[in-house]
Amino acid sequence: MSVELGKEMEPMPLDEMKEEEKSVEVASQWKLMWWKFRKHKLALISAPILLMLFIIIVFAEFLSPHLPLERFTDYKYAPPTKIHFVDAEGNFSFRPFVYGMTQEIDSETFQRTFVEDTSQKYPIHFFVEGKPYKMWGLFEMKTHFIGVKDAGAPFFLTGTDSLGRDLLSRTFYGSRISISFALIGIVFTVIFGLILGGISGYFGGAVDTVIQRLIDLLLCIPAIPLWMALAAALPQSWSPLKIYFGMVLIFSIVGWTGLARVVRGKLLSLREEDFTMAARLAGASNMRIISKHLLPSFASYIIINVTISIPVTILGETSLSFLGLGLQSPVVSWGVLLQEAQKLENLAHHPWLLWPAVFIVVTVLMFNFIGDGLRDAADPYK
Amino acid sequence: MIHYIGHRLLQLIPLLIAISIIAFVIIQLPPGDYLTTYINQLELSGTKVSESAIVALERQYGLDKPMYQQYFIWMKNILLHGDFGRSFSWNEPVSKVIGERLVLTMVISIFTLIVTWLIAIPIGIYSAVRQYSVLDYIFSFIGFIGLAVPNFLIALVIVYFVFDTTGIAITGLFSPEYADAPWSFAKVLDLLQRIWVPVLIIATAGTAGLIRTMRGMLLDELSKQYVVTARAKGVAEKKLLFKYPVRVAVNPLISTIGWTLPTIISGEAIVSIVLNLPTTGPVLLDAFRTQDMYLAGSFILILSILTVIGTLLSDILLAWVDPRIRFGGVEE
Repeated sequence: MSVELGKEMEPMPLDEMKEEEKSVEVASQWKLMWWKFRKHKLALISAPILLMLFIIIVFAEFLSPHLPLERFTDYKYAPPTKIHFVDAEGNFSFRPFVYGMTQEIDSETFQRTFVEDTSQKYPIHFFVEGKPYKMWGLFEMKTHFIGVKDAGAPFFLTGTDSLGRDLLSRTFYGSRISISFALIGIVFTVIFGLILGGISGYFGGAVDTVIQRLIDLLLCIPAIPLWMALAAALPQSWSPLKIYFGMVLIFSIVGWTGLARVVRGKLLSLREEDFTMAARLAGASNMRIISKHLLPSFASYIIINVTISIPVTILGETSLSFLGLGLQSPVVSWGVLLQEAQKLENLAHHPWLLWPAVFIVVTVLMFNFIGDGLRDAADPYK
Repeated sequence: MIHYIGHRLLQLIPLLIAISIIAFVIIQLPPGDYLTTYINQLELSGTKVSESAIVALERQYGLDKPMYQQYFIWMKNILLHGDFGRSFSWNEPVSKVIGERLVLTMVISIFTLIVTWLIAIPIGIYSAVRQYSVLDYIFSFIGFIGLAVPNFLIALVIVYFVFDTTGIAITGLFSPEYADAPWSFAKVLDLLQRIWVPVLIIATAGTAGLIRTMRGMLLDELSKQYVVTARAKGVAEKKLLFKYPVRVAVNPLISTIGWTLPTIISGEAIVSIVLNLPTTGPVLLDAFRTQDMYLAGSFILILSILTVIGTLLSDILLAWVDPRIRFGGVEE
């Protein structure tokens, strides 16, 4: 109605009005939220970047130039390989290439350095045949997305580690572990948070008090020491997979409090809303009220909370693994990779060991931006 | 006010008991008890442990008794004798290992809290008053990065860059000549010169969060009617800002000390490991690695209790700053 009124008062051509202004009266809540989200530019930029990350995670085996445990014994601590378009004689080629590397030892300091050997030229190809791997543990494959045809040639875009393993490939595989860790952790956290927060908010009374005090208790113990304590209690005889799930559970046990608080708070206020009363008067059961009326009302808050918790879990896992209390090699996660950078002398001579950190920071930043955008979008009626 | 403080103190008691139970559970978590590990350790180093010594130790820590009695003995030793048990890897009483390190941890944490506020409040006010200005965007962006980069990573990068450009390793809290020296005025000065590196590193994440809180709160406050009324009546902008809105907006900062403090102590633990500071972090990590559980459990216990006390102080501070809480009875 008000749209028509507006038309009468100030004559504006219909096609100049934005689509949302036309339909804002009839748009659903989720549509309103999408419009609001779209206005948050940073969140909008973050989405495709995160999508790229997820592509890396899903196709890590295919996208990695090498295998994560493959050792190039001639290239320990090799610096990132430079990609050239113009060779030493000044000839330009459309196909980028890398030079071979030879190791030189300084006769005075005994420091090892790598120098490019311009006599060896290795062109870079897409879809090259390389070391065989099992895609998703199922199919035997040999094709790598990018690489050089010569198997022994140095093609290390972010350098190698102390054992001569390709850091980029390891970072790709590590993304899979670190992100899946956070996502599985979130699933458990949501389950704990929903159940405990739901019970606390819907039933109230003594149960509520007990759960609230439990939350207070968990919040006042510094998180990292508590994680360390629980992680140290995992039996060392456990297989890497068991440790992985043990760690996931530890993070969920410590991390459910935030979500439980949100759920409880929302339930407490929604319980008093007119539409809940109406549903109750109409004879709806508890289950129906919770699932049909209450849950959809705060689903958006749960989604925001989840988006904000993912980076926290990523940072937590990374920190613990970095300290050597989290996931252990041969499992590769971002934190495990950064362990090598722990010693100053290591880092000072081989700064490329920090490359996994770039992945961590970008990922966490993107999740935070999206979380921020979602927070703005959560209340579209504002 | 006294009524309020008394009520908060009473609320604390069950919380403290619960914390002590958690710390005790943490001590008991790893397989095998402390004594078997201790004896193994001694025998590995070639010392024969006599039967009588084992029995004496067993009695002292009540290891022959059921679990709940062990808890009470442990608590009794702490409360009456200040005896937190023995660290077998240091071969010293836990209280001796913890003592000075704990003080340094608290000094760093309190410094960090102050620095966090000194940075966050002015920037938060600026960002709210000049919303959507260039600097507001820059601060927001830096804040986001501060939240996204884990503390240990900032520490690593800073140490690397300082080492790379100047060749100085900025690890540790004291210069070599003061590291083992007894406390003196010169040593404190030396500490003050070096403390800002860990303080600034730990402060980053907390500052980023506080700026956002401060900005959001102040924006809410500035759009309220009393501000409009005051402006309409011709109150000077500066007075208008600081007389009420800023005071109201600072409240949540005080009330969130409760969770800022655990974050800072957590951050301190991990940064001190990277920077190799003589504080609780490295010892805590070693304690977990070697399953030196009395040491580890005591750290958790003391750090948590200090956090709780910090929270209590912040609540009292809040009641002092905000009359609505003081006169609003004891409801939270």
